Amino acid sequence: MNNQRSFFFNVDWITVLIYLALCIIGWFNIHAAVFDDKHPSIVDTATNYGKQFIYINVAIVVAIIILLLESRFLTALAPAFYAITVLLLVVVLVVGRNVGGNQAWINIGGGFRLQPSEFAKFATCLLLARYLSSVNIKVTELKSFVFAAGIILLPMLLIKLQPDDGSTLVFCSLIFVLYREGLSPYFLIVTGLFITLFIGSLLMNHWYLIGALVAVTALLVYVFKRNRKFTMQMIIGMVICIAFVFSVPPIYQHVLKEHQRTRIDEMLGLSNDLRGKGYNVNQSKIAIGSGKMWGKGYLKGTQTKYAFVPEQSTDFIFCTVGEEWGFAGSIVVLGLYLFLLLRLIYISERQRSPFSRIYGYGVASILFFHVVINIAMTIGFMPVIGIPLPFISYGGSSLLSFTILLFILIKLDSNRMGIV
Amino acid sequence: MNKFFERRYVVTGIFMVIILTLLGRLYYIQIVDDRYTIYANSNVRRTQIVYPSRGPILDRNGKILVQNVPIYDIMVNPKEVKAFDTAAFCKLVGIDKEGFDKRLAKAIKYSPNRESIFEKQLSVELYASFQERLFEFPGFYVQPRTVRTYPDSTAAQFLGFIGEAQERDIKRSNGYYRPGDYIGVTGVEKAYEPVLRGQRGVKIQMVDSRGVPKGSFANGAFDTVARSGERLTSSLDITLQKLGEKLMKNKLGSIVAIEPSTGEILCYVSSPTYDPNLMVGRERGNNAAKMYNDPYKPFFIRPIQAQYPPGSSFKPLSALIGLQEGIISPELTYYCTGHYWAGNHMVPCNKGEAHGSVNLSRAVAESCNGYFSMVFQKIIDRQGGKFTEATFEDWRNNVMKFGLGSRLDLDMPAESRGNVPTPLHYDNVYKKGRWRSSTIVSLAIGQGELLATPLQMANLECTIANRGFFYKPHLIKAIGTENVIKKEYTQRNYVGIDPKYFEPVIDGMQAVVDNGTGRRSKIPDIVMCGKTGTAQNPHGEDNSVFVAFAPRDNPKIAIAVVVENSGEGAHWAAPIASFIVEKYLKGKITPRESGITVDYFANANRLPDLNLYALDLKKERMRDSIRSARADSVRKLKADSAKKAAQMKTTKNNKPGSWSLLAGRGAGK
Repeated sequence: MNNQRSFFFNVDWITVLIYLALCIIGWFNIHAAVFDDKHPSIVDTATNYGKQFIYINVAIVVAIIILLLESRFLTALAPAFYAITVLLLVVVLVVGRNVGGNQAWINIGGGFRLQPSEFAKFATCLLLARYLSSVNIKVTELKSFVFAAGIILLPMLLIKLQPDDGSTLVFCSLIFVLYREGLSPYFLIVTGLFITLFIGSLLMNHWYLIGALVAVTALLVYVFKRNRKFTMQMIIGMVICIAFVFSVPPIYQHVLKEHQRTRIDEMLGLSNDLRGKGYNVNQSKIAIGSGKMWGKGYLKGTQTKYAFVPEQSTDFIFCTVGEEWGFAGSIVVLGLYLFLLLRLIYISERQRSPFSRIYGYGVASILFFHVVINIAMTIGFMPVIGIPLPFISYGGSSLLSFTILLFILIKLDSNRMGIV
Repeated sequence: MNKFFERRYVVTGIFMVIILTLLGRLYYIQIVDDRYTIYANSNVRRTQIVYPSRGPILDRNGKILVQNVPIYDIMVNPKEVKAFDTAAFCKLVGIDKEGFDKRLAKAIKYSPNRESIFEKQLSVELYASFQERLFEFPGFYVQPRTVRTYPDSTAAQFLGFIGEAQERDIKRSNGYYRPGDYIGVTGVEKAYEPVLRGQRGVKIQMVDSRGVPKGSFANGAFDTVARSGERLTSSLDITLQKLGEKLMKNKLGSIVAIEPSTGEILCYVSSPTYDPNLMVGRERGNNAAKMYNDPYKPFFIRPIQAQYPPGSSFKPLSALIGLQEGIISPELTYYCTGHYWAGNHMVPCNKGEAHGSVNLSRAVAESCNGYFSMVFQKIIDRQGGKFTEATFEDWRNNVMKFGLGSRLDLDMPAESRGNVPTPLHYDNVYKKGRWRSSTIVSLAIGQGELLATPLQMANLECTIANRGFFYKPHLIKAIGTENVIKKEYTQRNYVGIDPKYFEPVIDGMQAVVDNGTGRRSKIPDIVMCGKTGTAQNPHGEDNSVFVAFAPRDNPKIAIAVVVENSGEGAHWAAPIASFIVEKYLKGKITPRESGITVDYFANANRLPDLNLYALDLKKERMRDSIRSARADSVRKLKADSAKKAAQMKTTKNNKPGSWSLLAGRGAGK
């Protein structure tokens, strides 16, 4: 008994409250997004908002179950979870249902469907944490790094085959975990540099970019002129960068698919087809932009009510927030997310066990990536990538998987004083 | 604690920077940039125009000349169309399968989700049978509209018609009209368009992304109600109008009758006319094309667009100017030998038969060319040949005071000016200073370059009937239910002739009807004063002209009748005028001493031979081109003189102080 009480006492209630706040915000916004005159009640289960209410309840039950589990059980079963999700990811490729071009769903009867890629997120996090926290494993060593990268890349590859680009990209966020555990900062810098070069070479003349690269290299070499090794590295780096700049157009033309290209073109403003390919994002921007400071009010968003934005209860749910609650609503939602992320980092850092810490960073990274990509997409900052906004978007699978992801950490945290 | 502990700050930093960047962007599009609000509004708000019904037009006694009747447009929403019996549908609506497919394709092209017009303007009868089976045709609806209808099929050229607004109408209206709107094209429909059309209402609707209406915007707070067009009361008397049209059947010409005490036009016949109902409904296009190609030009509004030499009907005016200028007195006698010599230019009179000694009244009554040529020459030469131009200019001004040579500003579009030649015109033809009264003496008897519209001729009679003034003739006597009348129609326009000079002229005009050329048209118990005219017509037989007013004391009606290609005024124009006058004054037509009857004139066909007529028209066109060439030279002259004037002005400008002097004078006043 005493044990039980101290256990609930140790739960990080701040995180739980933020979680509940986001779920309820999501539920109300789904109500507005797919409001049906014939079923106005927010708990009417004939509608998606009614269903979301059920999902939230189920998620809370699942959360409580997780809190009641033994922490050790989670650590021990990490490889099993991973194995099961990988298996499911293979199965879905064979028997899965194709929804919206992605073979991502398995029917589990009773009208419910399961999306294995959602569960792959926490399973990968768990296994990554388990592996990196093992004795004698250091990311700085090549062998360990390759193995860790393999843990991440396997589900990525399987999800890419569906082909669900959004979920695939989410796994990239785990680079923050590796970084925190000792991966060279060059990985982050180089990744950032290559993204910049990619966009840059689509937007401007190659020679300007190359000129800029040469200039920056020359400057760095001049500043650190005494370090010959550094000079050599810089020059090699520059050559690679220039080679990359030249390879962008062929990659862009031949490796990326048509729809991916058009989405990138729309984002970069290279194409402006507001009625066709750019329609979604344009309508989404109109919805958010027309919210002004205080929004149009609950259930009063015209863009929302009259179905101008497609996918509005799922990927584009942020439109409803922006339109009906205005900039104030945007601040509240983004504020809650930022607060949650900072709280997760704080929680991770207070763990005694590396397993919990690494897992915590995984959770934070994945949530961060979802939030940023999703919201950036709705305001035209990113190409359209279909991933849900955590806890807010409609959908049982995603809500459940984010809940499991988060509450495993809360569970681990509540046990932080114990020995794992 | 582990050795990469400080990296938490890097990760925290990255998270914060990126999320704050997103917030910054959100701040920009939600607070700073206002475009999106506009876009959102234009997305969901559909401004629908609510069309008011067009104002009806009544005759002077309140009888309806034009009103609105409901017709029905078939609308289709392609999304809702399901398989049905197209053959039955086509049979009901009166189209073929091909037409059906074409219309449906057009509707789908407009919008697959929204309603558009499938077939326009079904009659009530067609609608009734269609309505019964409407449920068999899913996706089709019927939308009521109104169109114009003319219960008496009369006064087409007065009423005009409406049509869809053209590109230039839309441009000129600064976007008030939209494609598909109706606008007055001719006649009163055009002249009173702003009054008749009413005030459009606006209904703002909310629509969803597929254009499906979702209720009114802000509960209709920004909607406005349509206000129907004003009712117009015209001055026409419908019985007179119908009688006039009957009499002018199968003739070219016009009748204009005016009430002298008000300037209200009682009868406005343009012949050939047409049934205004032909310009409404589904057959409108075909009907209009047919009439445009009619060689007798039914769309030509003869009362105000046709210009004729007034001929002898001008003579009373000639006499009045002479009297006012003090050149002649009523007692002055002139001995007519059958021709008049103006210089070495002979004016024949009365087919060469001498009138003998005539005074003013007799000259009018017997239409003595010699007498009026004499008067004209006296007027022009009163200061000697040197001042011909000045005295002619003076004479011209006097003539123009009667409303000749310029528009009378009738409340109808497309009025002609007529023509009173200018000194400049003669300078061009004969060179400056090389023309004299003898050169232009044909003006004295209403020939030469003089041209007048039937309206101007009738107005001239009004002026004589009123003994010296006229009210601007008009066709609409009251606007709206409060019977507003335009102020300009209540003002007298004096022509500068003393009332006492009219009596001797009117004596002569009475004699014309009592025992002169117009005696066949004498109306029992009514003293009508008139003047016949036979205007030379280059296209063939002369135009028959008759002008008159009646009764002599306290005149109630003034009239001008022109029957083209029909010879002497006494034969055709005068009897027709007399029937109109009698009908108006007595309300019925009594048997005449001379035995003429309405039916005889109504049945007579005076249409010119089509082949000859067409040939004449061709000639006329050639002549027109010559005339326009001449007009060009006039224009060139004007341009030259304008240039000269401009040069003078600039030299004036160079003189210092000239402007300040003017300004000073202005300030001093």
